[in-house]
Amino acid sequence: MSTAELHTLTGAYALHALPDDERLSFERHLVDCLSCAQEVTELAATAARLGRAMTENPPVRMKTEVLRRITTERQEGPLTVRQGRVRGRYGRAATRFALAACLAAAATFGGIAAWQHQVAEDAQQQAQTAQRQTEALAAVLAAPDARTTTGRVGDGASATVVVSRSRDRAAFVASGMPTPPPGKTYQLWFNDAGTMRSAGLLDPAATTGAVLLDGPVGKASGMGITVEPSGGSPAPTSDPVALMEFPA
Amino acid sequence: MKEAVHLQGAPAPGPDGLQELIGRVARGDQDAFGRMYDLVSGPVLGLVRSILRDPAQSEEVAQEVLVEVWRTAARYQPARGSGMTWVLTLAHRRAVDRVRSAQASADREQRAALLDRTPAYDEVTEQVEARLEREQVRRCLRTLTELQRQSVTLAYYRGLAYREVAELLGIPLGTVKTRMRDGLIRLRDCLGVGA
Repeated sequence: MSTAELHTLTGAYALHALPDDERLSFERHLVDCLSCAQEVTELAATAARLGRAMTENPPVRMKTEVLRRITTERQEGPLTVRQGRVRGRYGRAATRFALAACLAAAATFGGIAAWQHQVAEDAQQQAQTAQRQTEALAAVLAAPDARTTTGRVGDGASATVVVSRSRDRAAFVASGMPTPPPGKTYQLWFNDAGTMRSAGLLDPAATTGAVLLDGPVGKASGMGITVEPSGGSPAPTSDPVALMEFPA
Repeated sequence: MKEAVHLQGAPAPGPDGLQELIGRVARGDQDAFGRMYDLVSGPVLGLVRSILRDPAQSEEVAQEVLVEVWRTAARYQPARGSGMTWVLTLAHRRAVDRVRSAQASADREQRAALLDRTPAYDEVTEQVEARLEREQVRRCLRTLTELQRQSVTLAYYRGLAYREVAELLGIPLGTVKTRMRDGLIRLRDCLGVGA
């Protein structure tokens, strides 16, 4: 199909009237055609107005049922790089390189899938962000001065922290951590001489994997993990489930 | 999304309020989900039902959509449209998927019978007309040419693919695609929909 013909598909696309093969080729076209993406966004909003005009009152039982169902439904994370997975036990160096390889693969497959009306600019931005995070994590794991400490988190779970002083960054690698209770999340902290500085949240769905700690290591002597309400806290609100010293 | 039209009597889901609720839902806030449910469940069920007709099946699909909103709230990106647009796009997609899978499993006679059915536009128009707050959409649909209106409403409210619309209306495929596009553009301008 010619480019000029593809241009005319914005309406059919916004109405979900394209068969799968044409939808896919149009979505590829959208990546290179910002004006088409903009038009699709507007026409999708227009189509939604047709939908809203059909509003009716749902039966009360439907709300009860939906609210019941969500309590057992796992939520997906935002569109960021997927965390690398570690299987089995490896030597330290092997773990680091295996992780770097996993993360490179994750950057290729993960991250960018999105809802219908993919806007090219956003996709590129997301890919770049994911790519940067992955590169930063891989860089820490593969840094010549990377040092690791391994500790236990609760029953049966282990955690490894990898610190590269030259890059001033640290990575946290968990294996088999228990899933946090509903509405809770693991939060990571740098330990600045007894003062905890937030180093980001762990995806509650990924209790095994590697994540780059947010922010520079600075003068931190170690790190801690606490269970916090979803969204995290400015300072820890509970006792740490683990405290780990950084390797000297 | 710029709202040029204020629908009387409808819950006013200030796009920003809904956006904030979706953000909280993404962080696992079940109370926020309950409030979001109150804003979107009526439009979701109404839309799904306008496509599927069968009440039980419509409720089932509407529930699926609402649970999917809970599951994927973190993927919502305000740059791509209002929260209501996001939810209703999802709902439309799921309802259309259901129609298409039913079609795929139907035999040729059933498929032919489906295509022979009188276009649903009049029924849709009646339902739209029945409610005061839908005045604007109805008025704007009237500004479309007959072919534009049929192309848009057969695809949107019946869940038909453009080939089926072309067959029903007896017009070439290229014409249907163009009518869907220029019809929606005219509707966009009439409703004052911004990105």
